[in-house]
Amino acid sequence: MNKAVVVRDLTKKFGTFTAVNKLNFEVDKGEVFGFLGANGAGKTTAIKILCGLSKPSSGQVTVAGFDAYKQSELIKKNIGYMSQRFSLYDDLTIAENIRFYGGIYGLKRVEIQSKIKEYVKKLNLEEFEGRKVIDLPLGIKQKLAFSVANVHNPAIIFLDEPTSGVDPITRRQFWDMIYLEAAHGKTIFVTTHYMDEAEYCDRITIMVDGKIEALDSPSKLKKEFNTQNISEIFLKLSRKQNTSQN
Amino acid sequence: MRTIIFLLQKEFIQIFRNKMMLPIIIVIPIVQLLILSYTATFEIKNVSLAFVDQDKTQTSKELKSRFEHSPFFNIYAEADHISQLEKSMLQQKVEMILVIPPDFEKQLTLSKKADLQLIVDAVNGSAANLMAGYANQIVLGFNTDIITNLTGINIKETGIQVAPRYWYNPELDYKTYMVPGILVLLVSLIGAFLSGMNIVREKEIGTIEQLNVTPIKKYQFIAGKLFPFWLIAMFDLCFGLVIAKIVFAIPILGSVWLILGVAAIYLILVLGLGLFISTITDTQQQAMFLAWFFFVIFIMLSGLFTPVEAMPEWTQMLNILNPIAYFIDFMRMVMLKGSDFTAVTSQILHITVYALLTMGLAIWRYRKRA
Repeated sequence: MNKAVVVRDLTKKFGTFTAVNKLNFEVDKGEVFGFLGANGAGKTTAIKILCGLSKPSSGQVTVAGFDAYKQSELIKKNIGYMSQRFSLYDDLTIAENIRFYGGIYGLKRVEIQSKIKEYVKKLNLEEFEGRKVIDLPLGIKQKLAFSVANVHNPAIIFLDEPTSGVDPITRRQFWDMIYLEAAHGKTIFVTTHYMDEAEYCDRITIMVDGKIEALDSPSKLKKEFNTQNISEIFLKLSRKQNTSQN
Repeated sequence: MRTIIFLLQKEFIQIFRNKMMLPIIIVIPIVQLLILSYTATFEIKNVSLAFVDQDKTQTSKELKSRFEHSPFFNIYAEADHISQLEKSMLQQKVEMILVIPPDFEKQLTLSKKADLQLIVDAVNGSAANLMAGYANQIVLGFNTDIITNLTGINIKETGIQVAPRYWYNPELDYKTYMVPGILVLLVSLIGAFLSGMNIVREKEIGTIEQLNVTPIKKYQFIAGKLFPFWLIAMFDLCFGLVIAKIVFAIPILGSVWLILGVAAIYLILVLGLGLFISTITDTQQQAMFLAWFFFVIFIMLSGLFTPVEAMPEWTQMLNILNPIAYFIDFMRMVMLKGSDFTAVTSQILHITVYALLTMGLAIWRYRKRA
């Protein structure tokens, strides 16, 4: 198994509305895979299916070698997930959050203790240790949430708009963390609508209205569309869609 | 099991870190018991009574003094004509008017027959009935004494004498009757509301999604979520029983272990209801309204505040579906009558089947989905 994620003709319908329309893509192990699209393009729907939070209407989905229809609980063991909504408990301290999620994923007590030490040191949280998460600045919260999503050392990490609302410096630091994990062989699947972040990915897909309109490495896409940056490609694709609709 | 322990640890930290939680667990039960236990009395004292005495004789005076000495009546005023009291009646200063017509004494001695008029504010029908009943009792006593005086025959000691004995509650103290029911209300509210709200809150803040993406099993999640509230409700029941015993001197004639054992099953039912509500709502506001919708009906139907026997047949039938009614029945029987297991088998059976159904439905409805 060399592919972290394999998706064939994935479709998700809510009543008559098709949120995700026949997606086809594969994600290699160790790849940083970017999932781009405007709000409502179907990114979150797709990522929820990959994480086992939602069942596909049709098509094949394999994540970490497991089938999304029958083995969604096995998928959950092997992935980490950080949603665009805040996923830590506000009224628990940093250590309590790490302990809780570590425990849920079956880490041993000693492993949990070493994770707490590791994260506090890595994120320079010494001054916040023992404080409730609600008191942390947003940037630190997001970095901590990423670490917690990684606490059980999963093969694939899904990040759904992890940097929305975060300042540019913290975003940069956040991407350093992503690269570090990728360098350790982890597959990163990240959705974003910051086009500069797209440049950091090994490959990107651009979704427009539930469909994939482009899929390749940023440099190849720029060549193909003859542009300087991803932002222009994104605008071209979105406009094309709009004019064809009109 | 390890997963459940981590979940429990987290829940307990959150529950006791919440500053409102200790008051909810400790203060609310006390206040509810102390206040609600006095609310549903079926007797009326200090009825505000006015006289219209148009006779003004020794006999009418004597009749009035009987009312004056009754603990049930307060004499508000005396008037010469009813019209003078109409305003007071409208302002609810007077609840009952006794009219003694002219020649009352004369009629009584000459024709051995006289009439009295009683005017009762009957906005509240059952209260009016009670007030008229008290008044009749006094007049009846007065009547008997007159006959005895006139004829020399003591009719008090002739004819059929009924001597009621009030079993299980000899003093007819309504608190004895109320407190076991209030205890049920208390643990039901604590169990259903706290558990339901807790889960919906995780939906609101979004952490439930993070939990759903972990390999946590459905039964682990449910056990970890519900057990803390089961424990809190059990604690409140014990706490309430102690208050009942010490403050109200309510007898606990039956087995405490039987009470606790059946309460343990009943709470599974209540928590199942809370869990079920949380599975079909998205916000705490919705959950709150839905829980109240169920509980207002359950409580009013249960016979906690008004006797079930007085309700129309079709609402009595609805009580077959009312979990609270079974447990109130059970508690009253075991606490006040000392009923043993064999006497309450029907209630226990209903509660157990109901608990399995509710919890089963809730578990079936609960989805590990976003």
